[in-house]
Formats: sequence, structure tokens, C-alpha cells
Amino acid sequence: MAQQAIDIDIDEIIERYPGRPEFLIFLLQDIQAAFNYVSSEALTLVCDHTGVPESQAYSVATFYNSFSLEPKGENLIQVCLGTACHLKGSGLIAENLMRNLGLDQPGTTDDLKYTVETVNCLGACALAPVAVVNGDYQPKVSSPKLMKTAQKLGTE
Amino acid sequence: MQVTAKNSADMRLGSLEELEKLRSELLAAEDPDQTKIIVCHGTGCVANDSPSVTKALKAALAAAGEDIKVMPGIKTTGCHGFCSRGPLVIIKPSNIFYQQVKPGDVEEIVQKTILTGETVDRLLYVHPQTGETLKTTEEIPFYSGQERVVLSNIGQIDPTDIEDAFKAGAYAGMAKALTNMEPGQVIEEVTKSGLRGRGGAGFPTGLKWSLAAKHQGGQKYVLCNADEGDPGAFMDRSVMEGDPHAVVEGMIIGGYAIGADTGYVYVRAEYPLAIKHLVKALDDARAHGLLGENILGSGFNFDIRINRGAGAFVCGEETALMRSVEGKVGEPVPRPPYPSDKGLFGKPSVLNNVETWANVSRILDKGADWFASLGTEKSKGTKVFALVGKVNNVGLVEVPMGISLRNIVMEIGGGVPGSDHFKAVQTGGPSGGCLPWEDADLPVDFDSLIAAGSMMGSGGMIVMDERDCMVDVAKYFLGFLEEESCGKCFPCRLGVPRLRETLNRFSKGQGTLEDIDDLYSLAEAIKAGSLCALGGTAPNAVLSTLRYFRGEYEAHILEHRCPAGVCKDLITYSIDPEVCTGCRACSRACPQGAITGEKKKPHTIEESLCIRCGMCMESCKFGAIQVI
Repeated sequence: MAQQAIDIDIDEIIERYPGRPEFLIFLLQDIQAAFNYVSSEALTLVCDHTGVPESQAYSVATFYNSFSLEPKGENLIQVCLGTACHLKGSGLIAENLMRNLGLDQPGTTDDLKYTVETVNCLGACALAPVAVVNGDYQPKVSSPKLMKTAQKLGTE
Repeated sequence: MQVTAKNSADMRLGSLEELEKLRSELLAAEDPDQTKIIVCHGTGCVANDSPSVTKALKAALAAAGEDIKVMPGIKTTGCHGFCSRGPLVIIKPSNIFYQQVKPGDVEEIVQKTILTGETVDRLLYVHPQTGETLKTTEEIPFYSGQERVVLSNIGQIDPTDIEDAFKAGAYAGMAKALTNMEPGQVIEEVTKSGLRGRGGAGFPTGLKWSLAAKHQGGQKYVLCNADEGDPGAFMDRSVMEGDPHAVVEGMIIGGYAIGADTGYVYVRAEYPLAIKHLVKALDDARAHGLLGENILGSGFNFDIRINRGAGAFVCGEETALMRSVEGKVGEPVPRPPYPSDKGLFGKPSVLNNVETWANVSRILDKGADWFASLGTEKSKGTKVFALVGKVNNVGLVEVPMGISLRNIVMEIGGGVPGSDHFKAVQTGGPSGGCLPWEDADLPVDFDSLIAAGSMMGSGGMIVMDERDCMVDVAKYFLGFLEEESCGKCFPCRLGVPRLRETLNRFSKGQGTLEDIDDLYSLAEAIKAGSLCALGGTAPNAVLSTLRYFRGEYEAHILEHRCPAGVCKDLITYSIDPEVCTGCRACSRACPQGAITGEKKKPHTIEESLCIRCGMCMESCKFGAIQVI
């Protein structure tokens, strides 16, 4: 994913939307999608374009969960903590995965190989407990299964 | 065929008559002898690999080509609701229902069902209680107990094909409204239907519209709240994925009724397929002149934009959602002024949720009287529920308002695995509460649920059994709300964490009975002092579980015991020596090295090393690990 980013021109993204404050979130979303995070340089460019003060843009970027101001890991593992998943033990699954990867809370590993996130509900409750690994739904996961998947990704 | 500018202009429908003519032409062009094979491509079935089933079907049909008289059509649709049985394949017109179909089963379906009309019995649904094999959709209690209004087209139409939607009657209600009715008459019709908002609070939709319509002229907006954030709820996602036109149509009707020319759909970014189908629906509607200028020759102009949510639960609250559409931090603002007076960009605005808008389309098509004939006196129509948790038939169900909890969970839902009753049903998302088995005959409607200490919410219905701890569930929802509180007002920002901390103590076997009294008084303060419904309803999880399951709280506090075996600090893991085969799967899985024993002999857990991570239990194939 990180490789892609090099080819994308930030100016091209900025020009996708008119320079008005209401397009701030659209721009941050597109930048997040392209680069995996919102750098402070990108934030400044967005502010120049939309006319939003940087302090306000910063509060928006930190208010919403989907924006990250730090680069994320190569592999994104999201564990659903929705109610149905919670009842089927997803809290323990997330804890076990994080311990296995050396994280004490959701975040990115030091080697930038993994980012573990917990998400509220993916709406795939029939598949509970569910995790999404690099965009693919993993129905009925267990701690051992998810750890194995993570290990495999790490050696690729 | 080359599509030219002329061609795309030709697709525009100029009047109600042209829409009706197109519909009858499309229906006439259908071959009545053609079998249709429907494959569910809802999120659940896709995750269980239904696209591979579709691919295999195409290949098998092509291979059988010459033997087939009329080549069947393959249609991929939105969610059929029966997610725990996916991937689903349905053969039309006989409605043969195949479940848990794998690519390897497809050859047999083609050879038997398509070529000779026989069923493949091993793929049919077996009634879990009677053991009877059921052949068609209509015979299966999960479907026969439902009343599908909002979901009527989902699973029937290809959501990416507007012509298929036309055949099912899409945009008929809108065409009628724009052509034959004045805006005031549209509002009257919606008011008469008795429709109440499906997003949670149940505010009368017609009244909401009339408040915004009062403002003569000027810029106004309609919005669709598709920020379905309640955990355990996925009704709106399925509607957008499976029948996006119903939402688009409803919004056009709403825009016409209140005099708005622009609509916004605010949809969760976690729902990529829903966004994709909505974008396609909007493009197709524009190409057919159903959005844009002078819709169906009525002189009414309207278009819809999509905003993707950025991951904040509080944006499901209407004023916070509007701030987010404006590109700002999604914090609620005090009401009044209400959005119907000063909403998005300070202009009069009407916000309804996905299911409400889809209901509007049906009401205008079939009439207010028809709608009002469904449901109860004060809760008209149907409600879609996401039935999840400890229930046999996990999925989406649509039932008339007023039907009992027992009927939904035990009949349609097929009951609770391994039990003849549920312990609790949680409704209303984090704002709702837990209802006990004693309330199984409670009619499910807006007012009865509130009287019982819960609420309808957007329609999540989570079934819990004896292995689910009510203190843990209440703690879970408080943790969720603590995380999602925007922090603007202090009763919510500070009060919710205090509630959670108290429950946290209980789950460790600490605390006193006086703490329960404190919970009540703190809950009252949070309810009274919070700015929006997120905080105002946050104590419900604690209050409803205390009301119905106080004994379980007392077991934690007084006996230092978690009866359900969930709270980590109050349980111990052990291995049943009778069942353990000594396979060593658990000792390999244990991150603490707490499990020892000789190969092929029963193992034991050293309790002082155990961190209660549950890894042993997950890795044991024989069910030898117990929790006490």
C-alpha cells in the first residue's frame, strides 16, 4: 500500500474539490486513502486550499477516528468489537493478537509491519467474531487463526 | 452498442407516462419460461465467498450449454437476510432455496435442478426443531413469519441495474407525487400513514416535514442519515446495498414535499459496498432524468450528494451529522433552534434515516391507508431488525410493529442454541437496554419498549444466553459511549466514565451495595444534564440491567462470583481430565506456559500463571476446557 503513495500527486487530490471549507473532510479522506496517513505538510496544503485555519483542521483530523497523523503499518488488521462480536469473545481475540505482536493497545508496531485497530461494528454480525485483514473479511475468527494469518503476512 | 451523447439523452424520462411505458416494455421483454438463478452478494455472503459460487455457476451453465432449452439468467442481489446460512442460491420462479452453497455444489445444481427440475436435497434447509427438509423460501419460518415492506425488493432485484428496479416498481411513488400531488398533499399523505422515524426516537415524519415546509421559499435541504453506528445493527447497510433506489426515491419525494433542491446522504465509510451501489443508483437516476432539472416534466429540480462519514458515532445525532457535512467537527449543538428551522448551513433541513426514506417510497406508491393498516395504533408499519447474537437464525428480519419478542426470537429466529429461552434481548444499541425472558410477550413497538426501559433504536436486536454476563454487557456499552462521547458537555464526558469505573469494580468482585445507589443518582444527573441523546440515554444499559438482573450484580459484589463465567477476575480455567486427550494443542497455544502434562495424558493448568486469555479454550478441539 505504501508503495502506491509515491505515484500519487498530492496536488491532483487537492484539485478534486472546490476550495470551500465544507470539502475539508473529503480532502482528508482522499489523502488518508492515498497515503495511509495525513502528514502535516498535506494538512497545510488542504488548509491553504479550503481556507480552513490549521487549528480547526487539526481538531477535525483528530476528532474523527478514520484519520491518522502517523503512518500506518504495511498490514492493517481490524478486529470488530460490535456487540455480537463482543459476546463471542472478540475483546479477548484483540487482546491476544496485540500481545502476540508486542502492542499494549491498538496501534502500529515499531517495525511498521502491522497496524491493529478495533472497530465498532462492521455490520457483519452473522460472521461474528469477525476481523478484516487488509480489506478482506475473515468470518468466525479465533485468536490462533488470526495470529497465524498475521504471521503469514509478516513473512511475505 | 456505442453509447453516444444522443443515446444517453434518450434515456431521460419526460413524464409519468414514459416511466410507466418503460416499465411495461421491460416486463413484456421478459421470457416467462426463463429460470432465474439468484445468488446473494450481500456483505455476509460475499465474505463467505458467494462470488466464487457465481463464477462457478456461469462456467457450469456454459459447459452444459447445448443441453439447456432456455438458458437461465444469473442475477446477483443484495442481502436476503438469512446471513448465517450463506452463501444463498435461489432458483426462480419455483423459489427453491439452497443454503451454504460452495462452488463445488454448483455442477450438481445445474445438472439436477436446471436440467431435470429435481432438487439437491443436501443443500436444502432443515428445520432445526422438526427435522423437516424445507424446499422453498415460503416454507422456511425465518421468511414466512416476516412482513417485507422495506425489504420487499432486496434479494429480488439487481441493485446495480436501474431497469431491474423499474420492473419492481421503483420510482412509481415518486412519479405519482411529482405529477399528481401538491407538496402539501404529499406531507398530508405521509402524516396520515402514521410513519415515525426509524432512526431511534420515533418522531412523526409528517410533522417533521411540515415544520420545514412552513418556511416559504429559500434554500432548504433534505438529508439521509446512513451513519448506522449502533453496534449489532446493519439494516440500513442492507437497504443501501440491496435497494439503493428506494432511498433515492424517498429523498426526492421528501425534497419535493418541503421544497428542497439538494439532498445529502451521510453514509458510514465502513460500508464500501453500500457507497458503491448508492453512487451507481444516483448516476443511473440522473441518466434517466429522475434526478437533475425538471424531473419527469414536473418543473421540480433536485439532486443528491454523498458524504462519507469519518468514523465518529456521535455523527448519528442529527445536529452533529449536519456539522460534519459542513466539514466541521461533529459535535451536537443545543436545540432549539431545531434543524427544521435552522439546520444544515443554517437553512431549514429535514433529516430522516435510510429505513424511513425507503418507507416513504412505499407509502407514496401504495397509499397511506395501506401503510396504516400494518402495525399497532401508535406504531404503524413494519420494522427491520438485525437479529444477532445467541440465536439460531442470525440475519435481517422485517416484521409488523407490535409482534412479540418471543415470536421474533423463538419463531423467526429459530430459538437460542442449546436452550429453550433467551436470557436477555438487547435492543436500541448503546442507548437501549436489556429485556429479560419474563418480557418475552412484550409487543415490540416504540412505546412498549420505552416503557420497559429500553428503546426501539435503529433496530439492533442482540440475543443473549446464560453465558452472557449482564454486568459485562452494561460495562461494554458504557465503554463504547465513553470512547464515542464527543466531550462537549460534562455530564456525558465525565459521568459516563464514572459509571463504567463503578461497573469495572463490580466485575472485579469489589464495590458495595451503596455503589448501586450511587449509580442510580449519577444516572439521573447524566440523563438530565446531557446535551444530546448520546449522553441522555447512556445510563439505560446500567438501569435496565439493574432493573431486571439485580441478582447478578449482587453475585459479583457480595459473592465475588460471575454467574455467567465472563468477568476475568472472577473465573478460573480448568481442564476436564475425563475429556482431555493430551493432544497438547492447549499447551502449545498458552502464551504463559501455564499448561503442563504428559503427551496423551490429561493436562493441568497452573492457576497462578494463567492470565485468562482463553487461548486454550479456543484451541481445544474436544471442549475439555471449562470456566468456573
